[in-house]
Amino acid sequence: MSDRNNATAALADVAAEPGVAKPDPILVADNVQRSFGGLHAVDVDHLEMQRGAITALIGPNGAGKTTLFNVLTGFDRGGSGDWRFEGKKMSRLPAHRVAHRGMVRTFQLTKALSRLTVLENLQLGATEQRGEEMFASVVRPLWRRQEREIIERADELLARFRLDHLRDEFAGTLSGGQRKLLELARALMVRPRMLMLDEPMAGVNPALTQSLLEHITDLRDEGTTICFVEHDMDMVMGTSDWVVCLAEGQVIAEGPPQAIGSNPAVIDAYLGKQHGAPPAEELTS
Amino acid sequence: MRALAVIALIALAVLAPGAALADEHEAVQGTITDPDGEPLADLTITANRDGAEVGSDTTDEEGEWEIELPEPGSYDVELDLDTLPEGLAPREVGGEVLSGVEVDEGQQRTLIFQIVPEDEQEDPATEPEEPAEEEEAPPEGAETDSDTGVPGETETDLETPVPPQHAPFHERLAQVLLNGLQYGGIIAIAAVGLSLVFGTTRLINFAHGELVTFGAIVAFFVNAAAAGPGLHLILAIVVAVIAGALLGGGLDRGLWRPLRMRRTGRINMFIISIGLALFLRHLLLVIYGSRPNSYAEYQIQSTISLGWAEITPRDLTILVVSVIVLFAVALMLQRTRIGTAIRAVSDNRDLAASSGINVNYVILVVWMLAGGLSAFGGVMFGLTEVVSWDMGFKLLLLMFAGIILGGLGSAYGAMVGSFVVGIVAHLSTLWFPPELWNAWALLVLIVVLIVRPQGILGRKERVG
Amino acid sequence: MDYSSILTSGVYGALGPVAIGYVLAAIGLNIHFGYTGLLNFGQVAFMLVGAYGVAISVSTFGLSMWVGVLVGILAAAVLALILGIPALRLRSDYLAISTIAAGEVLRLFYRSSVAEPLTGGVYGLQRFGDELLDLNPVPPGIYEVGPLAFTARDVWLMSVGWGLVALVVIVVYLLIHSPWGRVIRAIREDEEAARSLGKNVYAYKLQSLVLGGVIGALGGMVFTIHQQSAHPDGFDPVVTFFLYTMLVLGGAGRVLGPVLGGLLFWFLMLSFDAFLRELMATGYIPPEILVPSDVGALRLALVGLGLLLLMAFRPQGILGNRREMVLDVR
Ligand SMILES: Nc1ncnc2c1ncn2[C@@H]1O[C@H](COP(=O)(O)OP(=O)(O)OP(=O)(O)O)[C@@H](O)[C@H]1O
Ligand SMILES: [Mg+2]
Repeated sequence: MSDRNNATAALADVAAEPGVAKPDPILVADNVQRSFGGLHAVDVDHLEMQRGAITALIGPNGAGKTTLFNVLTGFDRGGSGDWRFEGKKMSRLPAHRVAHRGMVRTFQLTKALSRLTVLENLQLGATEQRGEEMFASVVRPLWRRQEREIIERADELLARFRLDHLRDEFAGTLSGGQRKLLELARALMVRPRMLMLDEPMAGVNPALTQSLLEHITDLRDEGTTICFVEHDMDMVMGTSDWVVCLAEGQVIAEGPPQAIGSNPAVIDAYLGKQHGAPPAEELTS
Repeated sequence: MRALAVIALIALAVLAPGAALADEHEAVQGTITDPDGEPLADLTITANRDGAEVGSDTTDEEGEWEIELPEPGSYDVELDLDTLPEGLAPREVGGEVLSGVEVDEGQQRTLIFQIVPEDEQEDPATEPEEPAEEEEAPPEGAETDSDTGVPGETETDLETPVPPQHAPFHERLAQVLLNGLQYGGIIAIAAVGLSLVFGTTRLINFAHGELVTFGAIVAFFVNAAAAGPGLHLILAIVVAVIAGALLGGGLDRGLWRPLRMRRTGRINMFIISIGLALFLRHLLLVIYGSRPNSYAEYQIQSTISLGWAEITPRDLTILVVSVIVLFAVALMLQRTRIGTAIRAVSDNRDLAASSGINVNYVILVVWMLAGGLSAFGGVMFGLTEVVSWDMGFKLLLLMFAGIILGGLGSAYGAMVGSFVVGIVAHLSTLWFPPELWNAWALLVLIVVLIVRPQGILGRKERVG
Repeated sequence: MDYSSILTSGVYGALGPVAIGYVLAAIGLNIHFGYTGLLNFGQVAFMLVGAYGVAISVSTFGLSMWVGVLVGILAAAVLALILGIPALRLRSDYLAISTIAAGEVLRLFYRSSVAEPLTGGVYGLQRFGDELLDLNPVPPGIYEVGPLAFTARDVWLMSVGWGLVALVVIVVYLLIHSPWGRVIRAIREDEEAARSLGKNVYAYKLQSLVLGGVIGALGGMVFTIHQQSAHPDGFDPVVTFFLYTMLVLGGAGRVLGPVLGGLLFWFLMLSFDAFLRELMATGYIPPEILVPSDVGALRLALVGLGLLLLMAFRPQGILGNRREMVLDVR
């Protein structure tokens, strides 16, 4: 699936070195830092992400991937640095404003809204809802039409993600994999221009993984920019247009998927981890 | 020194007539002390006019009371004998009522109820009647008590722990800090258990105050109750601590462990602890009664001077003992196997369990420790004030303030935070009415949380 | 043993103005705790400012009671903002403790000599509800319904009170079954998820706090106007615990939960009370074991035990459903 899409083509001539400039970046970050006590969890000098491409973010456990997501999406306000999204400054914006700007994230540990139904979970994703204002909400005619449209869109997404049979179940009853799907569908209700997916495939069975991956590439083909964190190199190879490798908070390598696997810095980062303590996988959930 | 201060105050009064005029309400007030000059708290005094009640007050820790009156006139002021500790009585039979007290416009009249041991009470029926002893409040300006609310000195009480208003500021400060340290020590002892329980089980235990009351009441029954064995206080403390530990352990085995096994949610557990608190507190009320009591020993002592501040040997002992106990707890947490296990469970329960620590056993120990420590704190608290059915609940919010200031779940933080709370409460009396001192401690809690939502020593939680 | 008098005591309790006030406050708390997941343990503070809003306006400043009602509502909204702006950023357990602390600070302040010129200090304020009583259209007399007898005043106050409850319930129903309600329920489930979908969680929590707080203030007004007396010590933290008990009994996160819970709670409380007194009066319980002054304490002990058992065995209350409760991850 190499040169079939424009994103890969656009990135073909970009040099595979950390912090390299992209032809059409949607996100440009400078000097992003976050430390916990003495630990520099994130320390990124410069990073760009190409519009319309799937960028995979890889790195050993504890590399700082989730923390970078948290800082960029406004969930962790303790970081510093400058980043621009679609040319507009986005640093220090609170999380909900980040989502309004079109950058929507999911979580490594899925956050299903358990006691809302699957449909309600999706409905919640729609933005600019009239009925979400406190005073307007008591006057049903003000939002009834919009609500119908939202339900329609939600039903489409549910069908697309094969969740339609679960439409009226509580989200809390879904399986882990179904929740991942639900979370992705819910994020799409926001109509994001860029999706930040933190391990969207973790804990999902292989069959479902395949369909999730297809959804992700479809989304890219429809024009959504995607950045996702993934540990499984096969999936990274098969799906992404570009790979960024993070280790100890820094971008140590980036490049097209074929090149990254043989990058000595990347191999070092992963092997260095394996030589040391026992694999930390069990400790993080 | 004292004369200078008086002169300064008079000068102030002359120079600032506005301030003196501003305070024109009529009132009766006073300080009630026992025969040895120790203040008597929680006595109720009412003022009546033509048989109708116009106001009442309860003496505070300093034995002070004040009743504001609607207008000048003649009032009957009565001390409620039911609130007087056993064995004490007014000097004369019927001396609990001061009738026909004339209060002039703008006057704050100081009244004295003289309290004597019951067997020394005089019966005016057999002796020539004397008018009830009264004392006019000094004229405006030199009159300081009611303006600031800071306990002052009257002729009868010689040993109030809080220094007179006209003492130099540094002496008042030193005294207040000392009192605050002592108060903080008691809060800390009681709060460490609360903090350890939170650390190991994530339970915010609203019923912790009842563990404190329970300890104090057990010690009272063993020590001073009419039906009890009348053991010495030291022995009573031992009994109370053991009983407290058993109650703590029993609650864990009988209630909290089963709930943990059923994976009851944190908030549900929190609400359950509120139910438990209501239940235990009112059970204690039925058993113990609503009347406050004191222990048999160490009620009344004269103070010793520590340079700028003074303290009774009893309070000094309490302060020293609390510090020692806190150190012992810290040592135990740092140096012993069980202490290490407790810290491991607090840090990460699942990790501790998977590394072979018997988590349920550790939690049981923590509960017993919490029960024992709170019982001990309860006795200390009962010694400095009185033993009452709701004393623990009164202390509870201050304990929470302490452990939150220290960052929830850190035992050392709880100790530091509790001392801060105790000191703040007492410091506030330098400038504000003592009736509001606990309010100040709670206010500090709220302010600290605004500035540092995770507490002084706490850590932020991660997202995602 | 006079069972009918025991039952009628319970019914009086359940229908009376105190119950109405508590039900209103519990409806407010339901918005906080049941729907938004805010662990507000200072609901009594909203009742306090509501009650004193009326009391101070009328008794201290001689204003109209209706001005007082507005003042009370405003005071509750302001309190919600002052409390919420810092506290809503806190983790739930910290929020619980800081709200209960705020409630206590407020009570201590209202009863202090500093505030006495305004609040009447420990003596409180009296006689500020005349305007409502003067509006009473019910002709004087005793109205009997079966074994129950009500004065014209009772009938009037109860109609106003339950009318208010009905109105509030309708508004809450509309709110909760709207996209706004969906957002606050989402916040209850996981505020980070709501944030990731572009919801301004903080603003919604504030709205919820203000709304529930104002309803709580109405509750405070109702029963102090009925009693014609506001007293700071009537607003201690135990009131909030009662509200939680009522809420959990009826079912938190159900529109009618606090109403049903409140009715039942007061019915049980007062009939238990009457039952015990009856046992003592008829000599079934000898005075060596219990004296009448213990009844109040026992009643509260029972409330505590009830709350404990309910939360342990039926946390969803009467109206909740078990399936939903299992999904409660908190
Ligand atoms: N709130 C926090 N407090 C303290 N340390 C933190 C916090 N959040 C993250 N860290 C530390 O920052 C480092 C980076 O963590 P992060 O979760 O970003 O790693 P990651 O790359 O997402 O790892 P994984 O692949 O396991 O998800 C880790 O060492 C982690 O312990
Ligand atoms: Mg991660």
